[in-house]
Amino acid sequence: MLTAMLGRTANNVYWMARYVERAENLARLLASTYHMSLLPAAGSSDTSQWEAPLSLAGDRADFLKRYSEITPGTVLAYMALDPENSSSIRSCLRLARENARATRPELTTEVWEGINQTYLEMESMSYSKMVDQGFREFFDWVKERSHLFRGAVYGTMRRGHAFTFSRLGTFIERADNTARFLALKWELLAPSGRPLAAEDYYRWGALLRAFSAFKAYREVYSGIIEPRRVAELLVLRRDMPRSLFACSAETVDILRNLRSEAACTRVAEQIHERLQRNRIDGILRSGLPRFLNGFVVRNNELHGMIGQEFMLVL
Amino acid sequence: MKLGSAFDEMNGNRDGIRGAYRAYEEWLRGTPIELLIERHQQADLIFRRLGITFSVYGSEEGVERLIPFDIIPRILDPEEWRIVGSGVCQRVRAINAFLDDIYHEQHILKAGRIPAPLVLNNPSFRPEVLGLDLPRRTYVQVAGVDVVRVSANEFYVLEDNVRVPSGVSYMLENRETMMRIFPELFALQSVAPVNHYPELLLRTLRSTTPPGVSDPTVVVLTPGHFNSAYFEHAFLAMQMGVELVEGQDLFVEDDTVFMRTTEGPRRVDVIYRRIDDDFIDPLAFDAGSLLGVPGLLSVVRNGRVALANAIGTGIADDKAIYCFVPDMIDFYLGEKPILNNVPTYRCSIDDDRAYVLDHLEELVVKEVGGSGGYGMLVGPMSTAEDRYTFRQKIDAEPDNFIAQPTLNLSTCPTLVDGKIAPRHVDLRPYVLTGETTQVVPGGLTRVALREGSLVVNSSQGGGTKDTWVLEC
Amino acid sequence: MRLTIEHETHYRFGEPAHHSVQYLRLTPRPDPCQSLIGWHVSTPGKCKRWTDGFGNTAHVSVQNGMHDELPVIVRGEVETLDTFGVLPAEDGLPPLMFLRPTTYTKVNEAIEAFATPFIERMRDEGPIATLHALMWSLHTQVAYKPGFTDVDSTAAEALEHGFGVCQDHAHLFIACCRVLGLPARYVSGYLLSRNGESGTLASHAWAETYVEDLGWVSFDPTNNQCATDAYVRLAVAFDYAGACPIRGVRKGGGTEEMTVRVAVAPNHQQ
Repeated sequence: MLTAMLGRTANNVYWMARYVERAENLARLLASTYHMSLLPAAGSSDTSQWEAPLSLAGDRADFLKRYSEITPGTVLAYMALDPENSSSIRSCLRLARENARATRPELTTEVWEGINQTYLEMESMSYSKMVDQGFREFFDWVKERSHLFRGAVYGTMRRGHAFTFSRLGTFIERADNTARFLALKWELLAPSGRPLAAEDYYRWGALLRAFSAFKAYREVYSGIIEPRRVAELLVLRRDMPRSLFACSAETVDILRNLRSEAACTRVAEQIHERLQRNRIDGILRSGLPRFLNGFVVRNNELHGMIGQEFMLVL
Repeated sequence: MKLGSAFDEMNGNRDGIRGAYRAYEEWLRGTPIELLIERHQQADLIFRRLGITFSVYGSEEGVERLIPFDIIPRILDPEEWRIVGSGVCQRVRAINAFLDDIYHEQHILKAGRIPAPLVLNNPSFRPEVLGLDLPRRTYVQVAGVDVVRVSANEFYVLEDNVRVPSGVSYMLENRETMMRIFPELFALQSVAPVNHYPELLLRTLRSTTPPGVSDPTVVVLTPGHFNSAYFEHAFLAMQMGVELVEGQDLFVEDDTVFMRTTEGPRRVDVIYRRIDDDFIDPLAFDAGSLLGVPGLLSVVRNGRVALANAIGTGIADDKAIYCFVPDMIDFYLGEKPILNNVPTYRCSIDDDRAYVLDHLEELVVKEVGGSGGYGMLVGPMSTAEDRYTFRQKIDAEPDNFIAQPTLNLSTCPTLVDGKIAPRHVDLRPYVLTGETTQVVPGGLTRVALREGSLVVNSSQGGGTKDTWVLEC
Repeated sequence: MRLTIEHETHYRFGEPAHHSVQYLRLTPRPDPCQSLIGWHVSTPGKCKRWTDGFGNTAHVSVQNGMHDELPVIVRGEVETLDTFGVLPAEDGLPPLMFLRPTTYTKVNEAIEAFATPFIERMRDEGPIATLHALMWSLHTQVAYKPGFTDVDSTAAEALEHGFGVCQDHAHLFIACCRVLGLPARYVSGYLLSRNGESGTLASHAWAETYVEDLGWVSFDPTNNQCATDAYVRLAVAFDYAGACPIRGVRKGGGTEEMTVRVAVAPNHQQ
């Protein structure tokens, strides 16, 4: 079924998908932070929650050098639009397009034109424009472009190596982002075991929405929001597309199809087995952030091994 | 000196609509200009979305621009095309024979038809291919010959471009776009198709495979996606269904070139390389080059991989050798040249140089190794200061310059600033040589968008047009 | 004369390299003045033979996978003839080709000034006597002394220093021939030294000038003599870049250390 492709090209396709996914998740994080900052309880002077996106996908020192203080406006400008911040949404979309361009012949017209169009629109975006059209609209636009990208990949690409490595990039990146995002928010929201107050519901609701999981929560648990269940949903549920379990299951499938005997496939299976073995209460007992950070490290090792196995990255 | 009014592709010498344009002109008369402007914007959007851009050298890295596309086609009738098409093929046949000769017995030098030092002492003459026997004795699989017209029956060749000619993707995309935005025009008359070019190219490349390979693997070798012509490299690879590789994707082992794939090494037999001689093998040429493949020359010389074009073709389109192409046609083919050569003065010759310095206002002066419209003086358009600068340059390095009379290139109606006005054009047909030498009908018409300008290069503000060859 | 040659070059890298490729011009040319009795070039990688555009016998050696050293071992025996420094011109290489300037052999004002007096001399005494005089003049003007120039030094730089090694002498000689309008080329090879000592000196380079009606005449400014049967010809080219015995690139590897051992000995047991 699969025919070989250039190792470098596989690497490009993989990173193309990773950058699109990264841009989407960053938009989700910023949207959720923005949303929470509008909540009555947040208080207009409370900027601590804007530190979170910075610590997740930015360079604090670089930020402080070029922006005088942490305000919603400066963080948004830095994280969404700053071309000098290599982790900004703009940079991610530019890098996605650069990788796509470097492997143009492997992509269908739909995939390429979608990415190219996203890049062109992003390039014409400015802070004042973002304010005019509304921040939420901007974040929605980023998500839509990412959906369009995945849809175009899924709906038009031959099930060959380019398709496969693009999917692999999506799931490796998503797993990483979900884990890091959740670890961060978990510490921020710091569930203490006390009964949740009204504003807590808003916050946990906003967190679920950031993962497009609010509706799913209601369907699965049909009750009030409990942090423990939020964690279970996003870590261990196999039917939640952004959960660690779902991402690692996809990764294992893809790698088994590619080369079942490869060392990286073995590692992917181990990561997945660990998720299968665990129950949420056990994870919470030893600390969710600790568990998630461990996952990020192993996921990143897996990334490196995939590169060595298929992409001949010297 | 000022050039008089030029021959116009549509209006001739303002003496009535020319045959090839009859149907189109009638359509144009009945079409409001607003519609043309709207379609023009539509075309722009299509190109931008497709990502058909080129990078400009010397500008900020990564800046991509669209080459302006003009929606009024350049139209040739079957008889005009017969002359141009057979003329460019004739030149390329002679050039291939010439290259095979000078890298082997050198009959043409021994016969004194071309001064030997002009060839042997030329940096473009590459000892790396001396004595090398190439499949089908083909050095130039792909040529892009620049042709201009000055009157109804007079066509001149400006340059033969037999190294790594570019622009063919624009020929194909221009047609694609025209068919999309003006489908009605293609129903009006029968335009010879060009979209089989990638198929012909692939067949050509496969036909120059090293001996003993039955199912050759062809790749396109690009310097990478920051190269100004990267879009074209990707486009051709995609159209031919072959891999687009960079130097780092290839390696040499066991007298074979391999590419690194997700499934391990795969053998490569034919490399359509879009990088210059100097960069293809850091062990044989420019040692600092990261674009090429170390060891490639050894595999080429052992006849285990074919390059298109071969190493060392640059000697044939050297501006000093250009003067002798009519002699090559006579010497190798025993034919009369179908297309004219532009009379050329070589500044290395004392008499020529004296003439050139006396007539700078009338001549076009070019650097021998220059390309892309850089380093050029167009006499009739020049200022006294320009001419002074060039006088100094020529005095300092006479060998480095040639001069030609300024040809009054034909014009073609072009949509500029919301109006239709004549602009000078040239034509680059793409000639393929494998089993035979052939050319797809048409080529890339380049147009100088600035009023009166004779420089059509995209780097100098030129645009492109679709080129139609009408079928009888 | 029958000569036995051993030539070992060892590269050691600071860290392991992934991939290395070398062109080796370490096999005597098929010239009328020498014939091979036996010759062997070996490296740890895969080694394939080819002939470059100048007709030099070359090998391409490729090593894939991690390696932190790279030995190149040459052993062989060659029978040489004394042709009084002259070789026929019919070797497939048009002499006129060897008039072009290269980075190594570019003529600057100093070289022009140095060589110009020989133009007149050539008119009076003919090329052979003039070229010998030129050789002598270079031999005395630019003393043999390693350490002042390196493999990238040009003829102009060597003249400026007043010191150089055989590579610089050859480049300078070629550059001077450009001033005289004579085709000249670079030769790399081995030399059996007179007192039998061995070492890097046995790896040698000299120049050849094309003299009409005679052929290629060799000049070795380092030793102020024409080639004899003590000379073994490995490669000819425009300059060092095309004739150097080993040229390589690698991916990874960090720093590099090289040791060379060359031994050229007459073989009397025939």
